[in-house]
Amino acid sequence: MKKISRRSVLGTAAVAAAATTLPSLPARAQSKSLTIGVCSDFSGTYSDIGGKTSVACVQQALEDFGADKKGYDVTVIQGDHQNKPDIGAGLARQWFDQGVDLLIDVPNSAVGLAIAGVAAEKNKAYINSNSATSKLTGTACNAQTIHWTYDTYMLSHSTGGAMVAQGGKSWFFITANYAFGTLLRDQTTAVVKAAGGTVLGDAAYPFPQTTDFSSFLVQAQSSGAQVLGLANAGKDTVNSIKQAHQFGITQSGMKIAALLVFINDVHAIGLEIAQGLILTESFYWNMNDRTRAFTSRVLPKTPNNYPSMGQAGCYAGVTHFMKAVDVIGVDAASNGAAVVAQMKKMPTDDDAFGHCYIREDGRFMCPSYLFQVKKPGESSTPWDYYTKLHTTSAQDSFASPATEGCPLVKA
Amino acid sequence: MIMIFGKPAPLLFGQLLLGIINGSFYAMLSMGLAIIFGLLKIINFAHGAMFMVGAFVTWGLLNYLGINYWWALLLSPVIVGALGYVLERTVIRRIYKLDILYGLLLTFGFAQVLQGGLTNYYGSSGVSYDPPDLLSGVWDLGFMYLPVYRGFVIFAAVIMCGATWLLIEKTKLGALLRAATENPSLVQSFGVNVPRLIALTFAGGVALAAFAGVLAAPLYAVNPDMGSELINTVFAVVVIGGMGSIGGAILTGFGLGIIEGFTDVFYPPGSAVVVFVVMAAVLLARPAGLFGKLA
Repeated sequence: MKKISRRSVLGTAAVAAAATTLPSLPARAQSKSLTIGVCSDFSGTYSDIGGKTSVACVQQALEDFGADKKGYDVTVIQGDHQNKPDIGAGLARQWFDQGVDLLIDVPNSAVGLAIAGVAAEKNKAYINSNSATSKLTGTACNAQTIHWTYDTYMLSHSTGGAMVAQGGKSWFFITANYAFGTLLRDQTTAVVKAAGGTVLGDAAYPFPQTTDFSSFLVQAQSSGAQVLGLANAGKDTVNSIKQAHQFGITQSGMKIAALLVFINDVHAIGLEIAQGLILTESFYWNMNDRTRAFTSRVLPKTPNNYPSMGQAGCYAGVTHFMKAVDVIGVDAASNGAAVVAQMKKMPTDDDAFGHCYIREDGRFMCPSYLFQVKKPGESSTPWDYYTKLHTTSAQDSFASPATEGCPLVKA
Repeated sequence: MIMIFGKPAPLLFGQLLLGIINGSFYAMLSMGLAIIFGLLKIINFAHGAMFMVGAFVTWGLLNYLGINYWWALLLSPVIVGALGYVLERTVIRRIYKLDILYGLLLTFGFAQVLQGGLTNYYGSSGVSYDPPDLLSGVWDLGFMYLPVYRGFVIFAAVIMCGATWLLIEKTKLGALLRAATENPSLVQSFGVNVPRLIALTFAGGVALAAFAGVLAAPLYAVNPDMGSELINTVFAVVVIGGMGSIGGAILTGFGLGIIEGFTDVFYPPGSAVVVFVVMAAVLLARPAGLFGKLA
């Protein structure tokens, strides 16, 4: 019997689909026309933390900026990278060649890093708001890339640091075995060890095809560690936490440090199980009047899915991009290095993150917040899930540029 | 503490048990595939999607109609089986005379449609379904905590596999089914409605997938990808067991679940490939699979 690999069928189909469904991009004409490409996961593990809601946030940014009134003709296109770096990089290359001025979103660090290389090669602006790897502003940084929202350094120090401070000295990790998971695990390990703690074991599982975490959870339980560190994201985190609950891990006193949790994940887990969980985000919809106003504007475009920090990053990123284009002119927008340089020059101000700025290595600098998930009885409105425990300043949230090895930073 | 190969014995016992649980799903799904392939010669790539739809129907029955888990255990396979029946009568029967690859592509496409449609509606994180009250809680087995529900899954899977095997191998209906695939025109000449028999077989096969889906609903997040993630492994199980061999599919399903469980302990990154390594080795040694006969 002949067996066709499903993966190769899928891959070919995806590239073919991407090639044929692209709208023909408008030629840069008399009017001030721009094209923004949202490259995200629209069908897999990360589609609720990126995907359609990211597109809605981009559209909301254009509305709030008043692009139409100011004479801009902005086309927003979208593409699914399917969590495969080769598909993501191919899509980016094609988009840039066809005149896409800004590529945004990109959950999945492996894809995020691949696209950073393409953006530099084609000299196009690239705002990554949904990958975690701190390498985007470290060794892989370039003059075309801005890393919005969060990174592995912030997560490992904020959530990891908080767990150690509460007395969680011995850890067992369950790690998504790719660029993101292993880096997050290593950086958290450094935080744990610096505080005198130990790591008793690590189960690095194959990504993205793992859905049953029970055997890793049983290993974690038998290791006797105080803290279970989850170096994963999206649906994997949801499954890990739900199954940990089934195996009585939390009930037996082991604490869970879910290093990357988005509000969409908490929603999927449900407060009954998620209550008490400690996590870090740099945006929460119910934080202040501005974040609530932004959320109420964007929600009609994305019903049933409140924006998480990465999606809010798409909003803030496009807002700032449009302000920069307004200054340097639409003709210069196709020069990625020029737009990004202008974006770094101006402080940012938007409803999602407030007043922040972009550092020379491309790092978006904003405070991060340590949250605890509410008990079911404490939640009064839909998606009212977090209590804020602590605010970390922008400077303390991210690694110092001198230590990250970014070639853009002068020693 | 007793150590085996440098790992504590209780940990390995735990993995053995978890392996059997995963194996239960492999066995139930690969059994349905083996029946469909054995009798219809259709490589049903929509099998994972049927499993997933079974889980979604379970969730829908509770959330839209207030029908509980125990009824869903019965109703969901019936509903999905009916869907399978319609699918066979309207679409699949048209391609029996074509090359085997057309069936694969047709069912693959159908799986994509189901998956895409449900993703569009429910998102990729999916929805959650709690185990019934009777089966919630945890047993302390000494070497590990076993959620009661997982124990129930093993029990239900063993019963279902045994019953299906008996039905096909030991009853008159089973004999008729097997005869109909060997020589349909001869069986038809005895007055048996072979096309309907075949359609019912397909319906029965996907109903088994839906039954596994109901069992899976409280275990994993009910999401549109849950079937596609499992189906590759299940196909490997069918190939290892021998295409079309029902007993082979059951034994291989449980066996590979156990092998995978141990791989999780000794080398976690390898757990996704170990099944395929076994498949390659088996195909080299026995091209027809462990329990298959060469055509």
